Amino acid sequence: MLKILQNLDRRWIFLTMFVAVSVPLIMGTTFPETPSDQVLAVFDAVDNLPDGSNIVMALDYDPASAGELQPMASAFTRHCALKKHNIYFMTLWPQGINMIQGSIDILNDEYPETYKGKYGTKYVNLGFRAGNEGVIKLVVEDLKKSYTTDIHGTNLDNIPLTKNLKNIQQVDLLANVSAGYPGSQEWVLYGSSPFDIPTVVGCTGVQAPIMLPYIPDQLTGILAAIKGAAEYEQAIINHYPDLAENPKAKEGLIRMGPQLVAHVLLISLIVLGNVIYFMERRQGTA
Amino acid sequence: MHLRKNVVIERLMIPLLCFAAGMAQSRADEPPQAKQLAPPTQFRAEDVDGDAGTAIDLFWTLSPDDEEDTKPRKVLRYVISRKQIGGSEEAVVLESGSPFVFEVEEKKPEFEEIGEATYRKDTFRDSNCETGVPYLYRIQAFGPDNATSPAVEIKEPVIATLQWFNLQRSWFAVFVFLICGSVIVFIEMARQGKTLKIRKIAGLEAIKDAVGRATEMGRSCLFVPGIQDINDIQTVAGITILSQVAKTTADYRATLEVPTSRSLVMTTARDTVEAAYLQAGRPDEYNEDDIYYITDEQFGYVASVTGKMVRDKPAACFYMGAFYAESLILAETGNSVGAIQVAGTAMPTQLPFFVAACDFTLIGEEFFAASAYLSGEPQQLGSLKGQDFGKLIGGILLLAGCLIMTISAFESRGEPPAEDKETFLQSAQIYLKENILGKGGF
Amino acid sequence: MKRTVPLLISAVTGFVLIGTAFIPMFEEWGNDAMAWFNLLAAFAFILGGGNLLKMQLQKISAQQAGWGYAAVTLIAFFVTLFVGLAKVGVHPNAKFPEYSWSGNYLEEGGAFWWFFEYIFTPLSATMFALLAFYISSAAFRAFRAKNTEATILLIIAVIVLLGRTYASEWLTGGFPNEPIFGEGGITYSDFKLDHLSQIIMDDFTTPGMRAIKIGIALGVASTSLKVLLGVDRSYLGSDQEA
Repeated sequence: MLKILQNLDRRWIFLTMFVAVSVPLIMGTTFPETPSDQVLAVFDAVDNLPDGSNIVMALDYDPASAGELQPMASAFTRHCALKKHNIYFMTLWPQGINMIQGSIDILNDEYPETYKGKYGTKYVNLGFRAGNEGVIKLVVEDLKKSYTTDIHGTNLDNIPLTKNLKNIQQVDLLANVSAGYPGSQEWVLYGSSPFDIPTVVGCTGVQAPIMLPYIPDQLTGILAAIKGAAEYEQAIINHYPDLAENPKAKEGLIRMGPQLVAHVLLISLIVLGNVIYFMERRQGTA
Repeated sequence: MHLRKNVVIERLMIPLLCFAAGMAQSRADEPPQAKQLAPPTQFRAEDVDGDAGTAIDLFWTLSPDDEEDTKPRKVLRYVISRKQIGGSEEAVVLESGSPFVFEVEEKKPEFEEIGEATYRKDTFRDSNCETGVPYLYRIQAFGPDNATSPAVEIKEPVIATLQWFNLQRSWFAVFVFLICGSVIVFIEMARQGKTLKIRKIAGLEAIKDAVGRATEMGRSCLFVPGIQDINDIQTVAGITILSQVAKTTADYRATLEVPTSRSLVMTTARDTVEAAYLQAGRPDEYNEDDIYYITDEQFGYVASVTGKMVRDKPAACFYMGAFYAESLILAETGNSVGAIQVAGTAMPTQLPFFVAACDFTLIGEEFFAASAYLSGEPQQLGSLKGQDFGKLIGGILLLAGCLIMTISAFESRGEPPAEDKETFLQSAQIYLKENILGKGGF
Repeated sequence: MKRTVPLLISAVTGFVLIGTAFIPMFEEWGNDAMAWFNLLAAFAFILGGGNLLKMQLQKISAQQAGWGYAAVTLIAFFVTLFVGLAKVGVHPNAKFPEYSWSGNYLEEGGAFWWFFEYIFTPLSATMFALLAFYISSAAFRAFRAKNTEATILLIIAVIVLLGRTYASEWLTGGFPNEPIFGEGGITYSDFKLDHLSQIIMDDFTTPGMRAIKIGIALGVASTSLKVLLGVDRSYLGSDQEA
């Protein structure tokens, strides 16, 4: 038995992980989540603003990390839509353009009475600009130095939402969803911290320890990994119960099932590995 | 007198009724009287300290109608306007009937809206000022249903002035000079011949063994300089390590492959490896096709590199630079092909993956020390000592700060002082937070 | 000369960029330097693309092992390039209907969008998803309780893994909010897995990250200074010709 375990082909482990993730996903199991303080801070930051406030939504991620971050972006979009906020979409990643389109589709499909046909008055898509943190430095001082037109080529002076917007210091909240560089850290260092722009952030699990030191002074709140997304979705559903009937509003909650099983599997593998290790030590072969 | 039979009233009734209807209609058409809000007070403007003369800060006391818990809100926003005094006035050029003759109409400067602050906010920064131009500012509170407050203006114009030095960063400058100065001093000391003791770093000692192993097995060495561009200091550090690794592979006559994710990194790496082979006296062993560009796309790059690792089975893999999510994919694939792996990165998020999957990992500053360590040049080793001096300064500040804050916290638990005066430790605490660590300058 | 000019450029640009932190006048110059770098990188892309083509063509012409993959690479490269440049399947902009190429190259339904949505996105997500499998094999292979520190690491890993899922509610959800000793102080609910997990993140991971970042910042300062002062010139190549 020990020999089999010692020489175990790692593809068996991959297969086990595949089953552990896919079965709960197919079954659609969800678990109730209790929003943590950090997630509630994010919820309050969006919900306490008066209806029709101005929100910049910077979606700095790509399809690779969409699995973890798309639920956050969708939850932010739905929450802002429920509050009828004005949304300025932008991204520092070239692949982020398609991520923005996903959020715009949510606005048009699920909240048509507020957003459909209201491009320019309720939401605007500024698109992508190259330059990483250089773009942030520009938009916090003078938006039109970096973005002269929106993604469709319309001059910002001809769009009602951006006509009088000198820079993003004038917005009420900055919501950033980020997968790496450039992302949340750059927004905090060059945007929200020097100019006191209220900021909430959604980031991957590995980034969370880096962003935690910024709470609560430079960052109002953080959604860390898919757990943060699930808690945020739960917080929105608790406050707006109608959303519970929309399965698309529970993307994060649905992913907590596979997360639980996968984590339990990891712990089992760690325990098994240590059992093998101690057996080898006893036999004197370690 | 019966109404019907009164001819005068009969004749006047219809016009009277029409007049009354018209009055009612016009009243209905009039907009509802806009509510008056109380204006904000103590409105003042100040030049922003330590800038290039392009910004002015505005402060005010919130309108009395802007209360925290009022619902629905009476005040929604504060609109700020600005008027330029003196300086260049706008001129409108009009064409007259005859060509080449133009009339110039000078426009009087008016207040123009420059921005808004939301409710409960009492500051605003105007970042679009011209240096040396006097401005007057005006603020007005706005609420729902066209409710406005009277406008409040600043009495004296304010001018944005250029400061040559950002005094808010004075302490930051002190630390920069201290740390950079210490690096330079120790480099000079090393140049003078002073011996400097550096502890052994296991990962760097293993590089020679790894390359030797690859030569014995007849397999190649793989060097991945990260996925960021050459403007990232980690990539530069990775390239300087590449130089030392290339010298070793040239000595051992092993094949060194360097797939890159950025074109500029490819050109830099080629120059570096070529120079290393020249220095080792093996220019003919250098093959520029061993250093090649794949793609900027993160996962496309790692798919190509891992595919190469599985096909070619390198005996030694070096990951030196900035990595993101692909770090574990690279390290696990390297492990699966039986390569000895040495990793170095300054990305704190990826260090755990490298530590778990690689044989040796250079953590944080060990990675930056690697180039100096491998070269053995005294002046480069001197820079390591400078780093250590910087750590010493940081450690002293941390300890001093923690002690001050802790004792100050105990002090404030005791009886409050008779006079409302800050104690020495409280002053020190405030100076530490506001001046040394904050924007207070000296 | 081959090394001196780049050395001068890097020294001047580097010290100006350091100056931007203290001298407000230099801020614009710093932004310009960043913009120049982006321009250089764009030109260098042509070099990289040319090298990619050369390498793949060499493989195909020499019929090296795996030359089929090189052919796939080249076909994908040229097809994507053509489809993006020619805006295949993209409708003209409504404001400029007479110009057939005035539409947005990423327009939904266009060929480039189709490539992005149905080839690039699934492939990227697949590569990222590999991490889940690799972490499981790494956990099985590497997380051994060889010494005290490794054992502590394992215990913390188990707490955090469980604390980030519903398992914390199952296992420790029933812990009452009553003090263990006396009136105040630590309560039983402080030992709930999600609470312990948060304490580990806030009070151990965060300070550890900060310490590593301080060391990294010092390393960055030292390396940057070596590069700017020309003490370390290995990245510049050689003055001699091969």
